[in-house]
Amino acid sequence: MNVQQRSGSGPMAQSPRSPSSQPPYLTVSVSDPAKMGNGVQAYISYKVITKTNLPEYEGPEKIVIRRYNDFVWLRDRLFEKYKGVFIPPLPEKSTVEKFRFSAEFIEMRRQALDVFVNRIASHHELQQSYDLRMFLQADEQSMERARSQETGIFKKKPADFMQIFKDVQSRVSDVVLGKEKPLEESNPEYEKLKNYIFQLEDHLAEAQKHAYRLVKRHRELGQSLSDFGKAVTLLGNSEGNNLGKAFADLGAKSEILSAKLQREAHHLLMNFEEPLKDYVRAVQSIKATLSERANAFRHHCELAETIKFKEIDMNKLRLTRSEKLAEAEREYEELKADGAEATRRFETIVKLMNEEILRFQEQKTIDMGLAFHEFAKGQAHLAKGIADAWRSLLPKLESCST
Amino acid sequence: MMGSENYHPLQQEEDEGIEQMETLTLDANNSSKDDDISISKSYSNYRSAMTTLSSSSAEHPLLSTPSIGVSDPLLSVGSPSYADVVFTPPESTSHGDELTISPRSQSSSSEGDYLRISVLNPQKVVEPSNSIVPGGNTYITYLITTNTNISDYGGSDFSTRRRFKDVVTLSDRLSEGYRGYFIPPRPDKSVVESQVMQKQDFVEQRRAELEKYLRRLAGHPVIKKSEELRVFLTVQGRMPLPTSIDVASRVLDGAVKLPKQLLGESRSVVEPQDAVQPAKGGRDLLRYFKELKQSVVNDWGNSRPPVEEEDKEFLEKKEKLLDLEQQLTNASKQAESLVKAQQDMGDTMGEFGLASIKLTKFENEQAVLHTQRVRAADMKMVATAAVKTSRLYRELNAQTVKHLDTLHEYMGLMLAVHNAFSDRSSALLTVQTLISELSSLHSRTEKLETASSKIFGGDKSRNHKLDELKDAIRVTEDAKSCAVREYERIKENNRGEIQRLDNERQADFVNMLKGFVTNQVAYNEKIANEWAKVAEETSKYAKESM
Repeated sequence: MNVQQRSGSGPMAQSPRSPSSQPPYLTVSVSDPAKMGNGVQAYISYKVITKTNLPEYEGPEKIVIRRYNDFVWLRDRLFEKYKGVFIPPLPEKSTVEKFRFSAEFIEMRRQALDVFVNRIASHHELQQSYDLRMFLQADEQSMERARSQETGIFKKKPADFMQIFKDVQSRVSDVVLGKEKPLEESNPEYEKLKNYIFQLEDHLAEAQKHAYRLVKRHRELGQSLSDFGKAVTLLGNSEGNNLGKAFADLGAKSEILSAKLQREAHHLLMNFEEPLKDYVRAVQSIKATLSERANAFRHHCELAETIKFKEIDMNKLRLTRSEKLAEAEREYEELKADGAEATRRFETIVKLMNEEILRFQEQKTIDMGLAFHEFAKGQAHLAKGIADAWRSLLPKLESCST
Repeated sequence: MMGSENYHPLQQEEDEGIEQMETLTLDANNSSKDDDISISKSYSNYRSAMTTLSSSSAEHPLLSTPSIGVSDPLLSVGSPSYADVVFTPPESTSHGDELTISPRSQSSSSEGDYLRISVLNPQKVVEPSNSIVPGGNTYITYLITTNTNISDYGGSDFSTRRRFKDVVTLSDRLSEGYRGYFIPPRPDKSVVESQVMQKQDFVEQRRAELEKYLRRLAGHPVIKKSEELRVFLTVQGRMPLPTSIDVASRVLDGAVKLPKQLLGESRSVVEPQDAVQPAKGGRDLLRYFKELKQSVVNDWGNSRPPVEEEDKEFLEKKEKLLDLEQQLTNASKQAESLVKAQQDMGDTMGEFGLASIKLTKFENEQAVLHTQRVRAADMKMVATAAVKTSRLYRELNAQTVKHLDTLHEYMGLMLAVHNAFSDRSSALLTVQTLISELSSLHSRTEKLETASSKIFGGDKSRNHKLDELKDAIRVTEDAKSCAVREYERIKENNRGEIQRLDNERQADFVNMLKGFVTNQVAYNEKIANEWAKVAEETSKYAKESM
């Protein structure tokens, strides 16, 4: 998928070094999955091809080899650095399916990774990230080094779940220990948003579950139609004459339709179920951002508390003309600086989130609209194909009964 | 299976769902008149599809559900909601519609004589206990109603109560009286009858099976004219057909007779009237053993039996029928799994539709931005189409079940074919045995004659024996003639039945295929239209992403 940089959201500056009138572009593709290694240590490597005219990048085209964990690294780095931005979601790390590595699984993963990178490349904030550049250009050894460094410090499971889980845990333990309730924003609009996000995930997950089952049903119907066709053909052989021929034709058509169903199952999976799954993941990613915001808010509040107390202390010291005053004043100033920083961070997150939510909703309407279109198109095409195939049998059947 | 783990949410959300459904307004472009979208209740799982939908009884569970204020096209399968569609729903009796072909049922309506039979109203009867077995005698009776134009019946409408035992009796009498014919097999007895009997499902299943059985009998050109059937259908109170006595008591009779036969005290020849019945009854054990010996001689002896199955045409046809049976069994099995797959598809499509409806409602309620409402509207379109498709799949499946049921019917019929063929072979065996018997009687006579001719004036006891032998030969000759006639009769019955089976099967199978294919065409066209509309409405997204 090649995505042109959207001009509406912070265009990159034209470098004086490239006087060409060509607008800046950055397109990435993830392709050519290849199985590497053996047994337990087997993994899939992907070719990541970057085409760009941006000055920060080395040359117009670069090809690197990356594996899933490299993508995870990128996601984690971005999550740390760009709080408030909805980091695009990654396909799940699978522990079981990995061993099977079916062609379908590999294709689903490749598509999801391609979407992931392209979303980053087209996000006006994220595309400027140093980590992205490293991901797209560094040689494999540097990448591996960077990756292994991360595991020590930022050992993160899918950040969303762990974070929320921790929050819930601390909330519970606070209540149990009798500590006061942790601070939360009392913004009603934000409350509404949080509720919306949590409930949306549930609804989406259910729809996706059924969509996945629907794919399976297509396959099953295809299989049973094929078996039925074979049985009917044999029955026709046993009958002989015109009737036998009719049975054999039915059997042949069933076989054709079975193949159609299998194809549609795949189409449904890649063009509808996966986008739906992606939607679910995106919402989960937003939940992670929500918890980052909650953390930032708490931090800002705690510092504000601390500053207040410090001020009181300071005034006390002032009145008693204590020699500790100077130190206290210094500490106070430091705290105020920290507090200002915390407040700034929090407000940045809020601002970013407000932009992000708008962008997200717009994007999702487009993504889902396309997915629905593909779904409807596929179903219409399938049903029509089935009707046409069966219809072609009717003249012969008519002649049988005369 | 059948997404049973989702029954729970379906039921819970049912009430919500009804509201949601009612607030769904369809586009004005939608030309379909069934603007009430209903919740796809997953009532009809495969089993009920097979049993309830394949019986055309008036007590159709799916049809009798009361309306919930929302016309539910799923439940009221015969609803007029598809007025714009040409094809007729399953319960309609209109034949000759170009898009639907109902499978042949009660085809006797197209011939002169007909018997229209219904089995209704199962009732429990408790007879006070007078036996050693505690608990008394409890059984179910069924109301059998008949409407006919056959003159022998002396009336047009009859109704009587029968129990399953009576059906067994009828079936046994028919197989005795109509050897060589393809007599439709009766429903199975249940092993643990009285315990299972209480269950509603079992009773309903049995009622349906009995009805099917009687209707098949009524559809057989020879059997429908039978006295046994007439008596069964019309006589009030106790059925005056000889009951099938316990095997035990018959064998007891036979066991009592045997020593007498061996000692020569009782006649050991086969009477002509017995020659037309198979030996297996147990009443005449000696005859049974003789025929058994003959069959062993046939199989293992070096000499060929006196009369053989020579009819090449018959043997060929038999081969073909056996092959057919195998293929039928296979096709029948695959048909079942096809039906199941179609059912699953319909169910899952419906579940997806429901989940999407919920998502739509949620998105609409919570919408802050315009784009959310747009998305909700898109999703509603998809959900609506999915629910409609789900319903269409289930209707298609109901029809498929009816049509492919022909395979099951013919599979069941193969049992009747086997019985008819074994009638033939046992009749042949009787003939062969009698011929052997005759030849041994003749040789004994010869021996005695040569022996007594040596004595002047003859031996009184030997002469007596010779008279007896001459007597036995005479009777056995008669019996042989009868047996041969019977054998020929059965052969003729076989031949006629094979012909009838071949013809009817051709017609029924063509009908089955036509019906199956026509339905697939009609329903898939409808499904394609639904989705094409949605694809059209959402095509703007495709262009945008180009």
